[in-house]
Amino acid sequence: MDGKSVAVSLVNVRRYFGEVKAVDNVSLDVYDGEFFSMLGPSGSGKTTCLRLVAGFERASGGQILLHGTDVSGVPPYDRDVNTVFQDYALFPHMTVGDNVAYGLMIKKVPWAEREQRVVEMLELVRLSGMENRKPSQLSGGQRQRVALARALVNRPSVLLLDEPLGALDLKLRQQMQIELKNIQQQVGITFIYVTHDQEEALTMSDRLAVFNHGRIEQVGSPAEVYERPATTFVAGFVGTSNVIDASVARQIVGEAATISIRPEKIHLSAPDALVPPESYSIHGTVQDVVYLGMYTRYLVELETSPRAHLAVMQQNLETTSMDVLTIRGKRVQLIWRRDFTRTLQRTEIVEESGV
Amino acid sequence: MRSEDRFINRAGIGLRAASTAVLIFLHFPILLIFLYAFNTEEAAYTFPPPGLTSDWFGVLLNRNDFWSALGLSLLVALVSTMIAIVLGTLAALAIYRSKFFGRDAISLMIILPIALPGIVTGIALRSALNLSGLNFSFWTIVIGHATFCVVTVYNNVVARLRRTNYSQVEASMDLGASIWQTFRYVILPNIATALLAGGMLSFALSFDEVIVTTFTAGQQQTLPIWIFSQLQRPRDRPVTNVAALFVVATTLIPILLAYRFTRESSET
Amino acid sequence: MISAPPPLAERRGLLHSISIVLYRFPFLSVIALLLPILLWIGVIYLGSLTAMLTQGFFYLDGFTGRIVREFTLRTYQELLLQQNIDIFLRTIVMAAAVTFTCALLAFPLAYFMARFASGRTKALLYLGVMLPLWSSYLVRIYAWKLILAQEGIIGWLANALGLTGILDAILSIPGIGGPSLSFSIVGVYIVFVYIWLPYMILPINAALERVPKSVIEASGDLGARPGYTFRRIILPLAFPGVVAGSIFTFSLTLGDYIIPGVFGNSSYFIGQAVLVQQGTAGNIPLAAAMTVVPILVMGVYLLGARRLGAFDAL
Repeated sequence: MDGKSVAVSLVNVRRYFGEVKAVDNVSLDVYDGEFFSMLGPSGSGKTTCLRLVAGFERASGGQILLHGTDVSGVPPYDRDVNTVFQDYALFPHMTVGDNVAYGLMIKKVPWAEREQRVVEMLELVRLSGMENRKPSQLSGGQRQRVALARALVNRPSVLLLDEPLGALDLKLRQQMQIELKNIQQQVGITFIYVTHDQEEALTMSDRLAVFNHGRIEQVGSPAEVYERPATTFVAGFVGTSNVIDASVARQIVGEAATISIRPEKIHLSAPDALVPPESYSIHGTVQDVVYLGMYTRYLVELETSPRAHLAVMQQNLETTSMDVLTIRGKRVQLIWRRDFTRTLQRTEIVEESGV
Repeated sequence: MRSEDRFINRAGIGLRAASTAVLIFLHFPILLIFLYAFNTEEAAYTFPPPGLTSDWFGVLLNRNDFWSALGLSLLVALVSTMIAIVLGTLAALAIYRSKFFGRDAISLMIILPIALPGIVTGIALRSALNLSGLNFSFWTIVIGHATFCVVTVYNNVVARLRRTNYSQVEASMDLGASIWQTFRYVILPNIATALLAGGMLSFALSFDEVIVTTFTAGQQQTLPIWIFSQLQRPRDRPVTNVAALFVVATTLIPILLAYRFTRESSET
Repeated sequence: MISAPPPLAERRGLLHSISIVLYRFPFLSVIALLLPILLWIGVIYLGSLTAMLTQGFFYLDGFTGRIVREFTLRTYQELLLQQNIDIFLRTIVMAAAVTFTCALLAFPLAYFMARFASGRTKALLYLGVMLPLWSSYLVRIYAWKLILAQEGIIGWLANALGLTGILDAILSIPGIGGPSLSFSIVGVYIVFVYIWLPYMILPINAALERVPKSVIEASGDLGARPGYTFRRIILPLAFPGVVAGSIFTFSLTLGDYIIPGVFGNSSYFIGQAVLVQQGTAGNIPLAAAMTVVPILVMGVYLLGARRLGAFDAL
């Protein structure tokens, strides 16, 4: 990442609430103009990290730098960052226009300029003409846009978004994901985006950090994190993965290390199918079949270690629901390319769900 | 099944009758005051009143002691309420979000002046005045009143703050507003009606107080003390009735307003 | 699009510096907010209470009629005189009777408001309970003088209905009777109940409002008849409200001297005794010592109430 200037830098940041280590020694650089996501389950410290950057929380230790300046001890109103809150935090007693103009009013921006910037911003979030409405008269999606406009109108150097789409329904959320990404590209401001939704993080981010138990498990581009998870936690939390114990792994790859393989990378083949070069293979019995329409999910019990299972995901290119169900109980061979296997650092294992 | 449903969703005749009886019990005496304000007979409590007249209104108009007592009570209520608003709001702001040790102790401390019997508060203030050698004055009354008025403001403001989303405060500071600006533009508008409601209740509480006031007023006469002294003078009964009518009207207006403010804000 | 970050502390000034200090040390802002109330109630009120309790350790010199500021327990010992113990017992029994009656009268209305009234009716009922609470206390007491007086409404009604005998029978009960209802312990009791009743209705109603409808429906669904549901579900859940209301009725009865003064006979209640001691008798030490009784009673009461979870219903 040479040549890019750092917008936000966290150096060994810690935030303890009594005994609880909400943020435990986090170090991180976010670059200018980047769409950066902090991904993790609830209680993983991602929101606390965001609040530390905003200044709502004070770090127990470490440093937070905004464009190279240490901001520990600088209150939120003196930091050049703005926040879009999870619950939007619109001022209920003010109109939409007054909400958006709030930051400009505080900064004593002249009235004419204020008006103009508010109008421009409402146009950007496609709420033109709604200036005189009260927040209570808006839908959830509209409130979300007002919150975004209210923050962006101040032209902060970094925009912090705390699960801003969490309260919206699925369709609206997907639409807003695209819109947010577009707006970010238009204004060119650094976005730090907190979410627990791995799909959201993968679709929107330039880079993302995966949080767990107050620590960062991996930082990288969506493709890097998905294709090359560094830890068992990341492998399980971002998408789903088969995490294979060292003892079982020795039988497959010949090496006692925790490894992972994505279910969709595995070919479900006949027991006597030819194994291509540079591939691993193992035999097993199909124990369960879940037909998912576009895909079918198989759970295969390994022959060599009867208590180990691998999940396999196959697209239903040429199979129907009838076909796939006949496979239950059959002996199969699982084959995948060697380079799809990742050797993982053992952290927490996310239980497979839906199997 | 049907009859059971009806039983659950509609009050039985016994319950309705009991509720109505209690409501009549609560209001009948007040209505009586209205009637007796027009009584022609001077000294007696005779029912039914022998005749009706509106002369007593004129008599009251010329009673200077009534008007000066009224003036003193209004002033005391106003000043005590303003002190209560400041103290109660600050305390509410300190208490509602922090979980420090002693938080319950402070809540208890604020409630104590009305939780303890009035005579205790009265004699305690009297003892302190006695020991400190201070003379009775307007301010000794106000100190007593403000002490037990704080709780009305405090309770209203804490309740409102708990319903207000704290992220609004964070949002305001995030948008560049200092603590003071945030208070002025975000917190104050949010708690305004709660302050008004608490203030009105505080005003009514002070305006009506007699037990504590007896101990802190000395020779000064607030309106309730004036009424109390009137009660012991049988000759002036109809005038007292008219004054009572007047007092009920003056306290009811702020109470009705306070009621509206609390209701309005809980509906939105 | 990105401008260079502005210098962090552009707006200099005293207020700004203060708010930065408060940001760095949040407990300072809590202290700053609490200081006024701590000074006011902590110093003025608790100080006064201490001053009062201290006065109880002085004594009145019976010969000179002056207060001797010398530590002694003799004033507190005076509390144990039979005449004083009678006063305390009379007051506490009255407070208990008033509390019990208030709870009995308050429950139906509170229950009706919580379960069956809605919208406009409910709002009106609330006003109906609140208005007497806030209309002048003295005026309402005075209204009862009109009702209870010998020639007042009760007397008139008794006459009209031919029930004078019953009225006379009540008034002739030794100890609580008297020449008329307006000069008897019975009268004191009636007026106390009337004056404090709203303080009981509101907390009971608040407790009942918090009983979710689904709980009552669940009980019915599980086969309970309405009467059983009322006894086993609604009453226990309303109980903290009753306790909360009783804090008011009990405390207010203990501390009132006006109602027994206006309606009572020659047997004193605590409030009157305190008033007389500090006023006409000039015995401030004894008056102060006497207030220890209601403080202790309320202290025990509040502790018990907290155990029962009544504070949540306040």
